[in-house]
Amino acid sequence: MIAYILRRLLMLVPVLFGVVLVSFSLLHLVPGDPAQIMAGEVATAQDIARIRAEYGLDKPLVVQFGHFVWNAARGDFGISIQSRHPVKELLFQRLTFTLQLSLASILVASTIGLLAGIISSTRQYSVFDTASMLGALFGISMPIFWLGILLILVFAVKLHWLPSGGTGSLRYLVLPAIALGSASAAVIARMARASMLEVARQDYIRTARATGYAERVVIFRHALKNAMIPVLTVFGLEFGYMLGGAVLTETVFSLPGIGRLLVEGIFMRDYPVVQGAMMVVGTTFVLVNLLTDVAYAFFDPRIRYD
Amino acid sequence: MSVVATETLRERYERVAAGGELADLWRRLRRNRAAVVGAGIVLVFVLLGVLAPVLVPYNPIQGNLNDRLLPFSGTHWLGTDELGRDLLSRILYGARVSLQIQIVAVVLALIVGVLLGSLSGYLGGYVDSLIMRCMDILLAFPGIFLALGIIAALGPGLVNLMFAAGISSIPQFARIVRASILSLKEREFVEAALALGSGSNRVMFRHLLPNCLAPIIVQSTLRMATVLLTASGLSFLGLGVQPPTPEWGAMLSNSRSYLVVAPHVATIPGVAIMVVVVGFNLFGDGLRDTLDPRLRQ
Repeated sequence: MIAYILRRLLMLVPVLFGVVLVSFSLLHLVPGDPAQIMAGEVATAQDIARIRAEYGLDKPLVVQFGHFVWNAARGDFGISIQSRHPVKELLFQRLTFTLQLSLASILVASTIGLLAGIISSTRQYSVFDTASMLGALFGISMPIFWLGILLILVFAVKLHWLPSGGTGSLRYLVLPAIALGSASAAVIARMARASMLEVARQDYIRTARATGYAERVVIFRHALKNAMIPVLTVFGLEFGYMLGGAVLTETVFSLPGIGRLLVEGIFMRDYPVVQGAMMVVGTTFVLVNLLTDVAYAFFDPRIRYD
Repeated sequence: MSVVATETLRERYERVAAGGELADLWRRLRRNRAAVVGAGIVLVFVLLGVLAPVLVPYNPIQGNLNDRLLPFSGTHWLGTDELGRDLLSRILYGARVSLQIQIVAVVLALIVGVLLGSLSGYLGGYVDSLIMRCMDILLAFPGIFLALGIIAALGPGLVNLMFAAGISSIPQFARIVRASILSLKEREFVEAALALGSGSNRVMFRHLLPNCLAPIIVQSTLRMATVLLTASGLSFLGLGVQPPTPEWGAMLSNSRSYLVVAPHVATIPGVAIMVVVVGFNLFGDGLRDTLDPRLRQ
């Protein structure tokens, strides 16, 4: 197991290097002088020169990249051009919120998805099965931002049950978590159903039934554990994709997450914020995938020897 | 254990001789009702997009401020938006814009992804490692983030949106083609082609890639759905198609302020996006079931 984890960590190094390289390149792919763009349209020559010196844009590209990597390793992403706050502080505050939202969404997604998937597999071709798979299809196809708007219209505007946006108690997370988690619930439901059906065809399940176990015991003690292994990979992937979907959810519900920070940074041409956000999100996603792979290897020992 | 269905050579000969391989594929696709529904939706979407300039009853960009936020009526079938523009005309033109984005992005991703995947799978070794590490780097950014990063560098707009959506889709094509090439390149027909003196280029483009068409077609169809969601999401954020060009995601964003007084303005573009994505997903799933030999009976 240790050898497997070390192998995966080694494979992570070039990917993380690539994440840093892509984040660094964003500023230098911008058409025109990056210092002038960051300084703004009404900036004077002195302002542009100051920005150029402050952000090291007057140095050779290789030197700039070296400084960027060294600073990133220490968690120093520079100073936000707009707010003049350290980007590290902004990212930390916002990432914390986005992770809370993603966790709440994965809770929603896994509860709904697993329940629907397991029940569908035990009642194959029934009305429930057809309805849940149809629901899963629409869940995958529905844009997150549109679902968010509909949820606001129904539960906030018409029924006044839940707030339409902002932060506060857990109530403020309910609608965003449902909006963000619905697509993942659909994916998990389909995966769980397919996996349970595959496991149900195995000889050991037939043996368990033949020995007289109740159906509930057969499903939860024997089938579910084995069916969960591929579903586990989906959990990890979906958590990562929720980081992406959080951009849209945070915009619809006016939430102070890292996705919204990135969008604001793009509009304000605040490239230190954009670079920092891209790097943090990319690194988080890579680490989540690593944890998923390790968990998968833990539950299925055959993976460690591949 | 899953059962791999097989047929005898004679049965296959008789089946194909009865109408050809394509006719056989079409017959099997037609038996999948969900795929037929999906194909129908896709066809309607494409026709509406292509014929939009002919079909629109009003100019989708010019509006009458005296007719703001009107409900459904005989004059404006789907009502009007916040600037008095006919919603039906904007939905139809939005279909045209979305179709353009999808085609350009998917074709870009297909060309680059297939090329990279072929080289990676056929040459192997350092080339394979280098290309796949690059794909891993692109895949390290979840969902819409990679497209956001590209837009951050290049700026918002229709062309940059197509480019961003295309780049984001390259890794999926590259991986699928690589996997297909890896499984095919050890087969006897490749060995025979090499023994007969075919060069690497001929083997790759004449023998290997045509046998990878099935997964490429399926991925292209499913990718059209993803690109539509990405493009509409970026436009919703204000980083995609710029006003006054009609785009479904941008229309949803503009309509948020009028959710209470005119919910139809915030509902109809979303329905359009969802229906088209459902269509591409159903059609793509149907194509996969039809073209995947493991599911043939």
